[in-house]
Amino acid sequence: MKENLYKYILGIADNSLILGQRMGALTGHGPSLETDIACTNISLDLFGQVRSYYQYAAKIAGDKRTEDDIAMLRQEREYLNVLLVEQPDTDFAYTMARQFLFDVYHFLFLTELQKSTDLTLSAIANKSIKEVSYHQRFSSDWIKRLGDGTEESHKRMQTAINDLWTYTDELFHQTDADKAMISEGIGVDVSKLKEAYYKKVSDILEESTLEVPESKYFQKGGKQGIHTEHMGYILAELQYMQRAYPNMEW
Amino acid sequence: MIEAEQNIDVKLIAILEKVSDPEIPVLSIMDMGVVRSAFIENGVVKVQITPTYSGCPAMDVIGDDIKAALKLAGFESEVELILAPAWTTDWITPRGRKALEDYGIAAPLGEEADKDVLLHGKRLVKCPQCGSTNTKMISQFGSTACKAQFQCNDCQEPFDYFKCLK
Repeated sequence: MKENLYKYILGIADNSLILGQRMGALTGHGPSLETDIACTNISLDLFGQVRSYYQYAAKIAGDKRTEDDIAMLRQEREYLNVLLVEQPDTDFAYTMARQFLFDVYHFLFLTELQKSTDLTLSAIANKSIKEVSYHQRFSSDWIKRLGDGTEESHKRMQTAINDLWTYTDELFHQTDADKAMISEGIGVDVSKLKEAYYKKVSDILEESTLEVPESKYFQKGGKQGIHTEHMGYILAELQYMQRAYPNMEW
Repeated sequence: MIEAEQNIDVKLIAILEKVSDPEIPVLSIMDMGVVRSAFIENGVVKVQITPTYSGCPAMDVIGDDIKAALKLAGFESEVELILAPAWTTDWITPRGRKALEDYGIAAPLGEEADKDVLLHGKRLVKCPQCGSTNTKMISQFGSTACKAQFQCNDCQEPFDYFKCLK
């Protein structure tokens, strides 16, 4: 089995799985019907992308594991998503700030992944980027509406951005699997996306009358499977049915 | 845009045209452009379909419906889901666009039109009920992944707009 490729795919897919789970959990809880539908549509797109990645990972694993096993039956330490996507929906500003800070990265990442020498990954990237461009427009729009909205919405959006900023640097860390895949022309060198990312994020924050945080204190660990305390709760909900009724199907 | 040739055996076209998109029943999967190839190999029909959106829940149903329609016509079949080249709204046929409009869904315009809508520029999306272009976008995300929600300012009817995807 190609261990590095397998891990590399999980590293990409787990971000979308956990963010998709977060957005999906808002079903019926969105601040308005339209926003509610938008959040769940984004979740659906992310889950769709995740299926393509996990199906590919299952093929590479070459054993009895299926896409569902990979999604549902791993332990917390085996999930390789960044800490950003597991952060909670403290309020709607946090939900949109989390989405925005990930979308900008996701779009840049997929732009590069389309050039991968691995044809399955480049095909998934080529498909997904069209969807992600809609996500990015949606979340950027909310950053502007809340940032340049009322005094209260501005304050809350600034708080959310300041808090979540801590988790942005990890997006650009390279794992061993990343390095191995870059050398084979399969993976994306995320460290090279950093400048474009902070430029784009800063431009939109400024347009939204928000301050770009100056903090240099950053958290990391997710890419190595070391998660924040929120992750256990997400998995408890995500995996509940499969743990309670092993191998159940719809 | 990637030009992708469809490779479909003429004998199979009429059968596949009877299969419709379960979420937009007036639209056949052929007019939707999701069937990329269909040919007979050693007595088995091999069909390749591509999703409109990655998470489109209709794909599994479409696969089953294709198999059922071919079975009825006396063929065993295999359906494969392919991702590349990625589906674009340009693959919806003129007949498919007409079917959408008749059903009450505004057909996709160009990418520029979508940007205009988002940036509150020119109004180009036509109300499928009264034909007015005096319409507004309510949400970029609608009842399914492929649609946005609009409303007509003249006849007040809300309607779906099939988002442009290129």
